[in-house]
Amino acid sequence: MSALAGFASAAAGWLAPLAEWASAALLLGGALLCATGGLGLLRLPDFYTRVHAGGLADTLGAAAILMGLLLLALQDGAFLVAVKLALIALLLHITSPTGAHALVKAAYSRGLRAAPDS
Amino acid sequence: MRVGRAAATFALLGIAWVLWSGHFTPLLLAFGAGSCALSLWLAQRMQILDDEGEPLQIASGLLAYIPWLLWQIARANWQVARLIWTPSLPIHPQMLRVPASQRSELGNAIYANSITLTPGTVALDVRDGGILVHALTDSSREELQSGEMDRRVSRIESGGAGAG
Repeated sequence: MSALAGFASAAAGWLAPLAEWASAALLLGGALLCATGGLGLLRLPDFYTRVHAGGLADTLGAAAILMGLLLLALQDGAFLVAVKLALIALLLHITSPTGAHALVKAAYSRGLRAAPDS
Repeated sequence: MRVGRAAATFALLGIAWVLWSGHFTPLLLAFGAGSCALSLWLAQRMQILDDEGEPLQIASGLLAYIPWLLWQIARANWQVARLIWTPSLPIHPQMLRVPASQRSELGNAIYANSITLTPGTVALDVRDGGILVHALTDSSREELQSGEMDRRVSRIESGGAGAG
């Protein structure tokens, strides 16, 4: 038992910097994706195309940030916090396409036309 | 069947309660069991414990589908992000209808949500076995028209073992 604990702590000691770097990369990547989504909102021409840009922040952007936080939580041994972060990611991936669909369906049935192709 | 579903629901609620709370004193565990039982009773009364409200029958198929979907989401994110950073903004927005071969409304909803989750395609309307989609580029349209996502979602419905 103590050998196992020793092995686990040795592995944790070795893995800790790795997890920290992976977490930093995920947080940075997620932030970049969310910023890209924002840039897309500004650059794209009409409502329907802008929904696609919002999708960047909704899907991989949010997921990467949450996974980065999850790694940090796991490293601190906060298993229950990690579970909650994973559940938030799951919930986001169910609710955000539902919300996006509700928006575009409302726009479409109210007769909003897509911008002519440039 | 009804008893089996109720037992499975109670177990799932219990797992969710423990994971959210993290408390293990007898008093709080008893409160947890009580609130699980209350939720179960309410769900029974609302008659939402059916194949659509709690689709246990597709759980294994979903588990096989989700990794593939996540990979598609990551790929589509990369494509749309590259597009946004390209100075000439080479988009070609268009509407199209794609067939949805799923047998149930639940399957249609999973397919439509998967379409919306992948940046580059958004589901506008679901009706008559088809989905109206807004696509951002020709490549995102072609990817959808290949029908692979449609086939994979239909495979979830037919009871899982759907990898490959």
